[in-house]
Amino acid sequence: MIDFDYVRANDLGDALSQITKHQAAKFIAGGTNLIDLMKEDVEQPTRLIDITELPLNEIHETQTGGLKIGALVPNSNLAYDERITQRYPLLSSAILAGASPQLRNMASTGGNLLQRTRCLYFYDTATPCNKRRPGSGCGAMEGFNRMNAILGWSNSCIAVHPSDMCVALSALEAVVHVMGPKGDRAIRSVDFHRLPGDMPEIDTNLARDEIITAIELPSEEFSRNYSYLKIRDRLSYAFALVSVAAALRIEAGAITCARIALGGVAHKPWRAPDAEQSLEGKQPSREAFVEAADIILQGAVGFDHNRFKIELARRSIVRALEQAAAGTPQSQSVKVIV
Amino acid sequence: MSVGTNSIGKPVSRVDGPAKVTGRAKYAAEFSAPALAYGFVVSSVVAKGRIQSIDRSAALAVPGVIEVLAHDNRPSLPSSHEKYTDQVAAPGSPFRPLYNDEILFSGQPVALVIAEEPEIARFAAGLVEIKYEAEATITELDTQIDKAFEPPEKRAPDWDPPARGDVESALSRAPTHIRKEYRTPVEHHNPMETFGSTAVWENDGRLTVYDKTQGAPNCQEYLCNVFGLTKDKVRVLSPYVGGAFGVGLRPNYQLFMAALAAIGLKRSVRVTLTRQQMFTLGYRPQTIQTLTLGAENDGRLVAVRHDAIANTSRFEDYQEPTVVWSGALYPCDDSALTSSLARLDLFTPCDMRAPGGAVGMYALESAMDELSYAVGVDPLELRLKNYSERDQNQNRPISSKALKDCYLQGAERFGWSKRRPEPRSMREGRELIGYGMATGIWSAFFVPTSARAILAPDGTMEIACATADIGTGTYTILAQIGAEMLGLPLDKVIVRIGDSDLPSAPVEGGSWTAASAGSAVMEACNGIRKELLKRASAINNSPLQGVDAADVTMVDGQIRVKSDPSRAMPLSEVMVSLKEPIRSEVSAAPDERALEEYSHYAHSAVFAEVRLDEELGMLRVARVVSAVAAGRILNPKTAKSQILGAVVGGIGMALHEETVIDHRYGRFMNHNLAEYHVPVHADVHAIDVIFVDEQEHRLNPLGVKGVGEIGIVGTAAAIANAVFHATGVRVRDLPITIDKLLELRQPTSNHAA
Ligand SMILES: Cc1cc2nc3c(=O)[nH]c(=O)nc-3n(C[C@H](O)[C@H](O)[C@H](O)COP(=O)(O)OP(=O)(O)OC[C@H]3O[C@@H](n4cnc5c(N)ncnc54)[C@H](O)[C@@H]3O)c2cc1C
Ligand code: SF4
Repeated sequence: MIDFDYVRANDLGDALSQITKHQAAKFIAGGTNLIDLMKEDVEQPTRLIDITELPLNEIHETQTGGLKIGALVPNSNLAYDERITQRYPLLSSAILAGASPQLRNMASTGGNLLQRTRCLYFYDTATPCNKRRPGSGCGAMEGFNRMNAILGWSNSCIAVHPSDMCVALSALEAVVHVMGPKGDRAIRSVDFHRLPGDMPEIDTNLARDEIITAIELPSEEFSRNYSYLKIRDRLSYAFALVSVAAALRIEAGAITCARIALGGVAHKPWRAPDAEQSLEGKQPSREAFVEAADIILQGAVGFDHNRFKIELARRSIVRALEQAAAGTPQSQSVKVIV
Repeated sequence: MSVGTNSIGKPVSRVDGPAKVTGRAKYAAEFSAPALAYGFVVSSVVAKGRIQSIDRSAALAVPGVIEVLAHDNRPSLPSSHEKYTDQVAAPGSPFRPLYNDEILFSGQPVALVIAEEPEIARFAAGLVEIKYEAEATITELDTQIDKAFEPPEKRAPDWDPPARGDVESALSRAPTHIRKEYRTPVEHHNPMETFGSTAVWENDGRLTVYDKTQGAPNCQEYLCNVFGLTKDKVRVLSPYVGGAFGVGLRPNYQLFMAALAAIGLKRSVRVTLTRQQMFTLGYRPQTIQTLTLGAENDGRLVAVRHDAIANTSRFEDYQEPTVVWSGALYPCDDSALTSSLARLDLFTPCDMRAPGGAVGMYALESAMDELSYAVGVDPLELRLKNYSERDQNQNRPISSKALKDCYLQGAERFGWSKRRPEPRSMREGRELIGYGMATGIWSAFFVPTSARAILAPDGTMEIACATADIGTGTYTILAQIGAEMLGLPLDKVIVRIGDSDLPSAPVEGGSWTAASAGSAVMEACNGIRKELLKRASAINNSPLQGVDAADVTMVDGQIRVKSDPSRAMPLSEVMVSLKEPIRSEVSAAPDERALEEYSHYAHSAVFAEVRLDEELGMLRVARVVSAVAAGRILNPKTAKSQILGAVVGGIGMALHEETVIDHRYGRFMNHNLAEYHVPVHADVHAIDVIFVDEQEHRLNPLGVKGVGEIGIVGTAAAIANAVFHATGVRVRDLPITIDKLLELRQPTSNHAA
């Protein structure tokens, strides 16, 4: 762990000027990820800018019928907010599938988006990792890669993004609002995280000196036909081997809109528009769901310890879609899978 | 809770509970001292090789850093490995921390940074530049099977009983055979409290060390040997221990580090380990076991062969009783049991809750389950058919064995009769349901232990014994025994333990503490009783004159004659006449010869129900019933907690726990509690504990067998057997994870039928 300064940002302008001034500074919100990484010497910020006093902890209605969630809204508050549980239950369910109540109480919405991979080699400075130390090699590729990617990986990194919340945000096509020295901008959640390519050290398309201010949910809620199914090595408090956020709009017995996002399989929440389109116009059926799953997993390639995820993902996609279609979403408290 | 003075056998809440929940109970790293300095351990990033150089300049330049100790500048230390041994050491050459430049395992402590503040020490530790000359490591047990050897020096001769009969020819004659390989991985104990030691440098050159340990006297002896001190110069205390499960049996390196620094600096020093560093201590070794059973068509065993290979380090031959149970539990005239070791470039394994038993019985009881299907006999019925009243390993009777009651009461409570015999035959909705059962067995011991009791004139009694309470309830049961013996209310008995200055006790392990420390306390109290009676009889007109000690009870503050209850005297009346406290100190020890005439075991029958979604492999242990026969139960509440905790440990062993090694680096990779999985609340459902009545008269005066470990033995097998019953898939390498269950692992691992 290194020596660092700690300051508190008074307002957004202060936060931005601080981060611009200090090249090795980082924002800290709940600290549930950053502090762990600092203890392991994975992150070494020389200055922490505490943003928890900024006025970013409310949820507002938007003019287009959606919701705008402040970046500092704690994961627990968000998951249990009535507007979320009633209108965007997929998001609530995904958040409750993650971490533990204590962590969710501390974790912020913005921090959740920026949590880093749990790849074992990323966390252990005694081993090589291109994400942690560009050019040092990928320890996971030929190592213990049970939790690593089967889709969208590159020869330099096979890490996965560990968030549950982000998988739901991707399915809901949320928009991330950010503010930077050059002004405000909005990034579609599907574009927020990136694939590793040959620069695995960069997780997202957020610039170093930008701050997340809010996440906007569009008006399409998918409150009737949705499910968040998370498959993991124990029934709670474990990262996903595979997770699926499924959301369907069903009209007159036919699917008119389908969203499928996968967690635990790639460097970002994984979407496959062609698979979603394959469902449109069809009646919900196992065959149609299997076909969609096959499309999503067409290019999947696993490694020594995680090949099983391909078949597991296929089955999970089908089940999540079945749950969504039947209006019987996966419960995050009762662990029986319907 | 108010209890009468007959407190043995009552479900008394922990006497140390209030201190623990209010934070008054202090743990090793919470003790302070004037001018306390803080040490942080630098851990090796390579697993084998040599340290070429240590550049400590950057670390020393940090304000507040006092010293960076390593092999090249440490105070003088003995070279003889002997000096580093301890009561629980495995045969071999114990690790000598900071002794030389040799690296023996990944995470080996290679330097200690001592600073004025813990944060400074930790920061500076990252600045110590160490250059290594790394060598290739071997950490994969599979590649070392042909090099496995029988350890020349045995840790305990009883664990490898000689072959009896002719197992090969018995096998060839047997109409039914089972021969299967079972695997268990490395597991780490991971108690919640990480290891820490506060070494307090007293001005007169004495050292008082608060240590997280299961044996304060063992650590005292270790420090004396390593640092050349006499016992009067070193005192080790471990008043509270936040779990240990065996990893606190041997002195761990933070103790050495804290003492080394304190002696070197003549200053008090505290050293604590991080969670990651907890994975550099001892662990349950990996095993590969082959079970061969030969049986008659009706399931009666005629031949048992159990061959186990476990890993050890390069420098010690750690051994545990893995195969011995296979020759003791079921009757069988022809058997061969072998254990061998393979050396890996890892630290030495150490005892972990039911060492050997937990893994060995997983293999035996899985094989028994496989046999039950092969012969078409219900698994419970198969155990009853193979019920033994003798320990054939030792060719002697068993002192008490209420295992049959465990089977029957457990089965009744569980509803075993509702089980349909065929695999995959029970389901509800999407879930397949499986019922499985297994037997548990664990040795019951009585080991020499001393204790002291002091009855003060104010009617309070202090009980003292060097043993530890690692969360098991030792404080409570010793208080209960004291209260019972003298007819005192429980809150009049004060228990002091976890201190090398107190009457000596062995390490708190092996499930022997209740039996051994309990018996010592009982005998110390007997001494007090005799003295009390003597004083009572001496009082003028005493109704107790001329009474035999054996004819006296002490209940509810009264000393009363059993054969004539009208003759009684209040204890307080005797106390009034006392000027001085009454002391009694004893060393309790078994009559070894009498002990040898019988074998002593605790037993259990474990029943488990699992439910799983077949398509997705999501598995739940819906119910566990553990029926235990362990002699007299001193406190059903703390005893039940032991079984509950051990069953949770068994669920972890069956489904979650595994420390994975990257063989390229010889390094454990999932070294934190996010990635090393133990069961969480969602994984733990109904657990029902039954203590069956069992009268034990020979082992120790209390009739106690101990319940610390029996609860984990058999649990993993019961769950694995339930998984097979539910799915028809037999996973023979723990833990049973989704990929193995769905048979999705590629290349398919060793568990194919
Ligand atoms: C043991 C454990 C288990 C977990 N299990 C799960 C799980 O199963 N599923 C899951 O989804 N998550 C899980 N988590 C992760 C948890 O969700 C994240 O740690 C949490 O969401 C991070 O939020 P935070 O506010 O604490 O972030 P911090 O740690 O404060 O920050 C994380 C990063 O975000 C940056 N940051 C924070 N806020 C902003 C902002 N507004 N603008 C710009 N940058 C910002 C920080 O600079 C930092 O780099 C687990 C965590 C732990 C420790
Ligand atoms: S997968 Fe990515 S994060 Fe993991 S070791 Fe390779 S480069 Fe590092």
